[in-house]
Amino acid sequence: MSVLTVQDLSISIDGRLLVDGVSFEVALGECVAIVGESGAGKSLTAAAMLGLTPAGARVSSSALIIDGVEARRFSQSQWRRVRGNRIGLVAQDALVSLDPLRRIGAEIAEPLVIHRDLSRAERRERTLELLESVAMPGPSTRMTQYPHELSGGLRQRALIASALAGEPSVLIADEPTTALDTTVQAHVLALLREIADAGTAVVFISHDFAAVRRVADRVLVMRAGRVIEHGTMAEILDAPNETYTRELIAASTHAPREDRFGLGDAVLTGIGVSKAFAGVPAVTDASFTLVSGQTLGIVGESGSGKTTLARMIVGVEKPDAGDLRWHATDHGRQHRVQLVHQNPLGAFDPRWTIARSLREALAAGGVPRAHRAARVAALMKEVELTPELARRRPAQLSGGQRQRAAIARALAADPDVLVLDEPVSALDPSVREKVLRLLGRLQRGRGLTMIFVSHDLGVVAAVSDDVLVMKDGVIVEQGPVASVFAAPQHPFTQELLAAGH
Amino acid sequence: MSASRRMLMAAALLVLAVIAAMALFPQLIATADPLRTDVRSALEAPSAAHLFGTDQSGRDVFSRVVHGAGRSVGIGVLATALAVVVGLIVGALAGVAPRPIDGATMRINDVLMAFPEFLVALVVVAILGPGAINVAIAVTIAAIPVYVRLARVQTRTLVLTEHVEAARILGVPRVQAFTRHVVPGVLGSLSVLATIGIGSSILAVAGLSFLGLGPVEPVPEWGLMLSGGRNVLGTAWWISVFPGIAITLTVISATIVGRNLRAQAEGHLS
Repeated sequence: MSVLTVQDLSISIDGRLLVDGVSFEVALGECVAIVGESGAGKSLTAAAMLGLTPAGARVSSSALIIDGVEARRFSQSQWRRVRGNRIGLVAQDALVSLDPLRRIGAEIAEPLVIHRDLSRAERRERTLELLESVAMPGPSTRMTQYPHELSGGLRQRALIASALAGEPSVLIADEPTTALDTTVQAHVLALLREIADAGTAVVFISHDFAAVRRVADRVLVMRAGRVIEHGTMAEILDAPNETYTRELIAASTHAPREDRFGLGDAVLTGIGVSKAFAGVPAVTDASFTLVSGQTLGIVGESGSGKTTLARMIVGVEKPDAGDLRWHATDHGRQHRVQLVHQNPLGAFDPRWTIARSLREALAAGGVPRAHRAARVAALMKEVELTPELARRRPAQLSGGQRQRAAIARALAADPDVLVLDEPVSALDPSVREKVLRLLGRLQRGRGLTMIFVSHDLGVVAAVSDDVLVMKDGVIVEQGPVASVFAAPQHPFTQELLAAGH
Repeated sequence: MSASRRMLMAAALLVLAVIAAMALFPQLIATADPLRTDVRSALEAPSAAHLFGTDQSGRDVFSRVVHGAGRSVGIGVLATALAVVVGLIVGALAGVAPRPIDGATMRINDVLMAFPEFLVALVVVAILGPGAINVAIAVTIAAIPVYVRLARVQTRTLVLTEHVEAARILGVPRVQAFTRHVVPGVLGSLSVLATIGIGSSILAVAGLSFLGLGPVEPVPEWGLMLSGGRNVLGTAWWISVFPGIAITLTVISATIVGRNLRAQAEGHLS
């Protein structure tokens, strides 16, 4: 029996149709995933199920039935009685969604205060039960802590516990694991699956098929406001009808790069490189070799020291101990190293046009003024952007365009080594694949040596020749990507691999 | 922005446009000579001939309000602009200076900030002596500390941003990266604060003039006119009330525009 029914839901804002005729049903004990990229209308669909569409949105549907009650004509106060009680929400960013000034216990108990008439002691007991049900370690101490004292994964668990407090029949999870590390993500996904198995209807919203395949029974694929394909998990994965679905699935699975033989000399040798910030070690005793023309992948979770290592290679940070030994190029000069930042929006001066930023980079690289305009156009073409886009400011570009522009700027200095810090983690899957292909093409065309830093094992595997796996500042495993993936030695690598597949 | 706030913003901009026109081209708006005395027509109530009436010496109050705009508003705007420039230089340098220098600068700044702006201006005028230029200097000095503080914080934030680091990695020299990427960003935040600060600077100028520390008679200046009419407020209210309205409208309008600009700038950043 379906506990959530949405029929022919359409939402338009300012005359633009953002959700167009979406229909689906969710039964108790079932997990239905809505998959799509940014702008597909999936979060707006979720908002409509909670009566939380933004002001000015025109919502129409032929049915919106939550737990047997028609909700289309609900007033605000009727919605308030339903939200947190019959339908719960788990939002993407637990740090933002939890009140920073309230203890976890109070936060979780809030739906109980609103919707249930319990004594203080009963509430406390129920809160403990809830924390136990989401497998929060040490629930009675965690209850008295503030959100910032919890790790990302534990915060997400707390958020799920608070969504479950009112025992809702429907739980909507909007990108609940996007901000989490791979191994933590696996745990939270498993928890959501357990919640569905325990009899709650779960609507799981995500852009990532890798996450969806671990939890969902059925899948709706959305694009530009429409459901373009739906079916059971197995149907969609095995035989997708739409090319777009196939692209999305392909973007979530990456085959490790083939071994390539007969490649260049060592460019850089790191010997026992260590770095600490205020006494806390960030990178400890890292030794590795970077080979010319190859891509060295650095993979690890947040706080593993991968970004610090990359920044030392670029020269922004100085190692406390150890040595980064650069070998001279064939022409006997020093290697030029460039960095592509994780967040291209922050990496460009927001007041400057892309062209001006590129010209600055060219000027710094010694290109004479007269040649700069032509070089800007050439760089834009090289990263597959139309030169007209250079007249825009960073905020006027899409995420993918910005990242391409950031790569173009790094190329302006004509580098030998390109260090890429999470270059694609903020991008939608299909855009991500295009940027990865561009990087491959640039590597072949320019003979670039690359260092690719990422938390995403699949992506690292697809683009790297060699890989370093980092945990707590230590390189726990390294070697050719194919062999590391085929036969991981360290338990952490094994866990990472298991979490990613 | 809601419809009512948009209306308010439009009204405020209109007032400022009128004031600016008065300051720049007073003779086009008020044809009467603001300085010409005519004892026979002293203390006349507002009429068609004298829109705002006449004062004790028979001078046209309307003409004096219009001609006073340039001085009253001009000194306030000039003082704010100077304060922004000084604040930017001191604050930005303190933001990148070694710790002892930064600390000393900011403690001096704290002491200045601890006193109300008007009190600081009053003390400075007391030291320098009365006069239009000295009032401008006093109001400038009183306004500077706020800008120093904001400029320092903004500098310290911007120096650490990725785009400044990106420029450094590309090989842009340190000083150039600072002047090109950091300083314009700091100036942006300061100018938003300045639009709000103009209002209080104008008020401070008028206040000092009212106390007789600014321009001296017969120069038309709003604060001075306010003070000139205060003894006959019961019989000839128009002498003080019209310059008072001019000051009030200007300050309120400048503040409304400033707050809207700030809201927009903050919305733009987030």
